[in-house]
Amino acid sequence: MTLALAVSLVMLAALTIYALFGGADYGGGVWDLLAMGPRAKAQRDLISHAIGPVWEANHVWLILVVVILFTAFPGAFFVVMTRLHLPMSLMLVGIVLRGSAFTFRTYDMTPGADRRWNHRFSIPSAITPVLLGSMIGSIATGKLEAAGSSTLWLTPFPIAVGALTLALFAYLAAVYLTVEADEPVLADDFRHRAILSSVVAGLLAYLVYRLAEGEAPLILQGLRHSPWGWPIRVTTAILALAVLGCLGWRKYALARVGAMLQVVLVIVGCGLALNPYLVPPLRTIENSAAPTITLRLMLGALASGSLILFPSLYLLFRVFKIRPRPWKQGNPEAVGIDNASGSR
Amino acid sequence: MTNLLAARSQMAMSLAFHIIFAVIGVALPLMMVIAEGAWLRTGDPVYKVLARRWSKGAAILFAVGAVSGTVLSFELGLLWPGFMKFAGSIIGMPFSLEGFAFFTEAIFLGIYLYGWDKVSPTVHWLSGLMVAVSGAASGALVVLANAWMNTPVGFTLIDGKIDPTSIDPVRALFSPAAAAEAIHMTLASYAATGFLASGIHAYWLLRERTNPFHRKGLAIALVVGGVAAILQPMSGDYAAKVVAKTQPAKLAAMEGQFQTERRAPLRIGGIPDVDAGVTRYAVEIPAGLSILAYGDPDAEVKGLNDFPSIDRPEVRVVHPAFQIMVACGMAMMGLAAWGAFSAWRQKAVPDGRLFLRLLLLASPLGMIAIEAGWVVTEVGRQPWIINGVLRTSEAVTPVDGLWASMLVYSGLYLFLGAIVARLLLGQFRHGPTLDELARDRGLIE
Repeated sequence: MTLALAVSLVMLAALTIYALFGGADYGGGVWDLLAMGPRAKAQRDLISHAIGPVWEANHVWLILVVVILFTAFPGAFFVVMTRLHLPMSLMLVGIVLRGSAFTFRTYDMTPGADRRWNHRFSIPSAITPVLLGSMIGSIATGKLEAAGSSTLWLTPFPIAVGALTLALFAYLAAVYLTVEADEPVLADDFRHRAILSSVVAGLLAYLVYRLAEGEAPLILQGLRHSPWGWPIRVTTAILALAVLGCLGWRKYALARVGAMLQVVLVIVGCGLALNPYLVPPLRTIENSAAPTITLRLMLGALASGSLILFPSLYLLFRVFKIRPRPWKQGNPEAVGIDNASGSR
Repeated sequence: MTNLLAARSQMAMSLAFHIIFAVIGVALPLMMVIAEGAWLRTGDPVYKVLARRWSKGAAILFAVGAVSGTVLSFELGLLWPGFMKFAGSIIGMPFSLEGFAFFTEAIFLGIYLYGWDKVSPTVHWLSGLMVAVSGAASGALVVLANAWMNTPVGFTLIDGKIDPTSIDPVRALFSPAAAAEAIHMTLASYAATGFLASGIHAYWLLRERTNPFHRKGLAIALVVGGVAAILQPMSGDYAAKVVAKTQPAKLAAMEGQFQTERRAPLRIGGIPDVDAGVTRYAVEIPAGLSILAYGDPDAEVKGLNDFPSIDRPEVRVVHPAFQIMVACGMAMMGLAAWGAFSAWRQKAVPDGRLFLRLLLLASPLGMIAIEAGWVVTEVGRQPWIINGVLRTSEAVTPVDGLWASMLVYSGLYLFLGAIVARLLLGQFRHGPTLDELARDRGLIE
């Protein structure tokens, strides 16, 4: 394996983790937008509770992807940043609004705060993933460097990829929330949403696949000719059905594992299909790579950074996701001593 | 508006906005950790209330800092793709390391903010310490990349292009300006945040002299801000000497020095007249600049007139910005020295009415100094994006219509700035009064 390929695999891994965790935070925003019925407030509270401690850490994966791209593949970065200038700028506005509105909602104590911030959090949460997906779709068409590509991201194939991205993020979020809900009725709300979004994502995946025949032939051939192409597709489909089964039987923890694996396979499949390109048809992993010394130092930095990163992430998720148990139950301090002074 | 001007305006505005949040994100965690540590040691619950109150501010500011920092990391490519294509493989290193520092900061901030009742007090305190350390590290790493733009090393050029076999990213990481910029900026973060918080607590102490919450808050903020403010002029002197050696055109612009001369004077204030080639109305200290920059009254200082006109930075911006930065820094140092002296005399938090009033007035000075200082660094490097190697005009994106994106981001940041200000004022308006503190105590004891 070449150094450039190794770095690109790390980048794909970072993008995958971003989708699994950061993506689900956007999905949470989608379900916030669609919160309804008698338990709408309980649904929103659960989503806030689930996202609060982790979204900023989850968000850093995206920054890592960008940093790897501009350090290790400056040529590809140049093309992406100039050709996708508009959707990229819009996505950033979405990222800024989503993150700040979520925090403002948490800390705004004035009356009517929820009403003021709910939509400023949830609408950007729903739009940003579509933009992210449509940029990936644009790259996949292989027409990014062709003349007049400035509106490429608005054509059917990229938009379909954007919609699929949104559906997958919403699906992940709904499945995770079934596990995190502490009341069975609330878990059921998200069980229904998970099943619905699984079906929608499946239909969109089929649409993307059909559109790819005309719009992204190079990538589709890559997927068809790769020896891993069909096993991945079959496994993904089996997993999708298995997760639906788990959801039907309310085996939520198992469904969570299955849904995560399913999304991992979708992204790895896309990565395999794109190989050996970064931005087809001109920029490959090898021809846009930085000099060897940069790649070697990059891998070194990634490896040593991981030594701190993964134990820290484990601690974060252990505290808030795996065993969400208050430290020393019944301790009066656990209530928060400044509750008495008028704040949350 | 030309594309270059639009791109520079958007970048300047994004940096000016982000830096405030970044700076507080470096220093406020240290103050929280000190307060929480004092609570763990003494058991005085006021310290815990203080740490929690500060951490609420930190939560809002960190979130806005994180998203505006994300915008910046993309803007490097959206606005300056020529720069990133040229330099990405050389200075990607500090950015990747910064990525990990940012990760640690975000992870432990999550534990700190949401984990008060989920982890043991020691783990909680250590999480705060991790936030403080990684915040400082991530700030310093980004500054290292900027230092390289000022003093680029670690590569050789062949016909204006980088020779790929010559790249040395480790050497680029420790460029000549690295230590000076990193130390100066880190101290600035503590000084600016410490003074900002001191001013707020001073405001409340002027109304409620005995409120222990604000007394303890003032004490910690003043120690953090004051120590940094007293050390800062020394680091500034070192930074100026590095600029003198590596960027003589920037030094000339900072000082309003048009003529090349020995025994160059240090100019305090003054308005540069570019057409006449003189700086008017300045108070001049004879040979002051030669001594400060080179440690020798007879040293020659190269003036702007001896640089080709296309290589001169805009002295009408750089000189006043430099004067503002130095003036703010001196005022903060003076106030810090006064505070230290009266604390030593009284063996207590200095709480004279005049001192508190001055602290209130001085609270924005650190932030003003930081904004002015970055104007000096960035405008003083023009017309280069990489000093002496790549011009800013060669690095700007070929994409048209940048003024629209500049307007959108300006509107967005104005909106966010207004909301943050309102929320933070709300937090302080609900600051605990003496009665509420008494109730909080009752809750615990």
